[in-house]
Amino acid sequence: MKYIDEYRNKEQVQALIRAIRQTVTRTWHIMEICGGQTHAIARYRLEDMLPPEIQLLHGPGCPVCVTPVEIIDQALTLARRPDVIFTSFGDMMRVPGSKKDLLQVKAKGGDIRMLYSPLDAVTLAEENPDKEVVFFAIGFETTAPVHLMALKEAIRKGLNNFTLLTSLFTVPPAIEAILSDKGCKVDGFLTAGHVCAITGNGAYRQLAERYKTPMVVTGFEPVDLLYGIYRCICQLEAGIYNVENAYKRAVPEHGNIPACILMDEMLESCDIEWRGIGVIPNSGKQLRTAFKKYSSREKFKFLPKEIRISSECIAGEIMKGRKQPRDCPYFGTTCHPEHPIGAPMVSSEGVCAAYYKYK
Amino acid sequence: MNCPIPFSDSDCVLLSHGGGGRMTHQLISRIFYPAFRNPLLEQDHDGCVFTVDAGRMAYSTDSFVVDPIFFPGGDIGDLAVNGTVNDLACCGATPLYLTAGFILEEGLPLKDLERIVQSMKRAADKAGVQIVAGDTKVVERGKCDKLFINTSGVGIVLPGIYIAPSLAKEGDVVICSGAIGTHGITILSARESLGFETNLRSDTASLNNMISELFNYIDEIHVLRDPTRGGVSGTLNEIAQAANAEIILDEASLPIPEEVQAASDILGLDPLYVANEGLVLVILPEKEAGKALSVMQRFAEGKQATVIGHVSSCGKALVKMKTIYGNYRVIDMLSGEQLPRIC
Repeated sequence: MKYIDEYRNKEQVQALIRAIRQTVTRTWHIMEICGGQTHAIARYRLEDMLPPEIQLLHGPGCPVCVTPVEIIDQALTLARRPDVIFTSFGDMMRVPGSKKDLLQVKAKGGDIRMLYSPLDAVTLAEENPDKEVVFFAIGFETTAPVHLMALKEAIRKGLNNFTLLTSLFTVPPAIEAILSDKGCKVDGFLTAGHVCAITGNGAYRQLAERYKTPMVVTGFEPVDLLYGIYRCICQLEAGIYNVENAYKRAVPEHGNIPACILMDEMLESCDIEWRGIGVIPNSGKQLRTAFKKYSSREKFKFLPKEIRISSECIAGEIMKGRKQPRDCPYFGTTCHPEHPIGAPMVSSEGVCAAYYKYK
Repeated sequence: MNCPIPFSDSDCVLLSHGGGGRMTHQLISRIFYPAFRNPLLEQDHDGCVFTVDAGRMAYSTDSFVVDPIFFPGGDIGDLAVNGTVNDLACCGATPLYLTAGFILEEGLPLKDLERIVQSMKRAADKAGVQIVAGDTKVVERGKCDKLFINTSGVGIVLPGIYIAPSLAKEGDVVICSGAIGTHGITILSARESLGFETNLRSDTASLNNMISELFNYIDEIHVLRDPTRGGVSGTLNEIAQAANAEIILDEASLPIPEEVQAASDILGLDPLYVANEGLVLVILPEKEAGKALSVMQRFAEGKQATVIGHVSSCGKALVKMKTIYGNYRVIDMLSGEQLPRIC
């Protein structure tokens, strides 16, 4: 398969492993931000091939995992309403709220549709004028423009029965929260290639400079990941800290400008809770006042609610890079994909789920 | 007394088609009998009485609820026949007779029902089995999705044939009869909401003729399983548990078509967990592998047959995969359903 096979190529992988071995002289902690990267690292057992000096830490970049319980509960409340068709991407279906998940609500009669594109939700709204269609708009900068494009389409069609239940996160404030944490062990970052494909690399330059930490824009196939690690190690060993693009086939320096304009037009920054980590200031995005009437939260008048969940696991420590899944006493015992206790076991891209699956 | 109501000329299934009266008989005589006609069915009894040689028999049942009911490469009808035929064949049996139970949704176009019944007939003819009893129920619109079919079947297990998942042994190899994942990905891409098309076709096919030929040539076959729901991974995990054995797959040898891999990558699925409907995993001693492959490759369903792994040891139930990079990872049972990924 073109653009896939060459990035899974065995000889390329072995050559990069050799290059990393020849370059590394001491222990370095490198964090990959994105859940897709974590999943690929676990799936291809890349850690088994790396020299022991390279310690990979797994970041909080799985939007399914970090969506707070409060928002999941709002989704469940909406999905139960007889006047609502609740629509979502597939992997939100199994994420537990404080009591139930969407699959359970669906089994009890909630009209919940699993979609592959938010535009399908717009079509549903058009076809069902007597129903309220809610799309569960979760994601980082990668998926936000897709949700907004669907909303634009709904507005263009004059639909008044379409809203977004947003749970939108941005990466740079999370990296800053990790780097400014006192116990931070991270020496270098592999930033999420697909996020950078939208936002470009500007925000990361300030962070690299301020925290003297190299950031390498990295893709998702084994060759991409190892090349990202190699470039990061080269910087660390040389004592430099730049933003470097190791995923040029997908990431232009300034990102996807029309997508950024769309986000600026429709979204504003807000504080948001990251499940397992806590509130990170200015790390969320919400619809601007002009578009508030398309926010499910406004339309259905949800008030903010404090939800206490038992914090038996060490999800926060893992996602900040302080600990590994295997350090958790619940990993694989009481906490597994059928019964996730913590956020990273929830989605297939959560670090605990990836390590559980490919253990 | 003559019924004052004339025969229906409805073009779709009505509730009265399931009432047991004239309309039911009309449905049976116009659609089911012409397709399935055979002396055992025409006993017109509550069931069917037949004679078999003394010996061991295999008996299996399966229900089919696939959506959409028509898809590239097949439909719910041939799927229902092939499914039970293959389950019997994987028990080491020669499939003989099937029953078919239909649950029809009010409003189902009769031409769709007829098309499905004709496709069942063709599948039964190809597999050399007869449909000897049946049942039809009609439920109100919305109470089922177009139609559901249950098939049950019996077959004879010839003397000397012993097939069971618990019989996998150290030193055995695992043969896969063809391309992995085509049925599941075909069904997914045939669903309206997916928004992309592939040239894939479901692999639905009866495997009993190929399996019967294997028995003609190979003295020692330990396990036969069709990796339907749960895919190759789910089936191999079941075998590993039944035999308390470790099975190692070789990633480089897995026959995963490019289109299946590409669609799986886009959707965040793993082809090893995707359903197949015309595939069989054959586990037998390594010395028999060459002969088995040449027998299987003579059949359309086995053209791409290849060794995909081996049973490495007994004492611990585990399925692992040697990756293309030479390291190993565990291939676990799936937790729940595979759900498409967001990004």
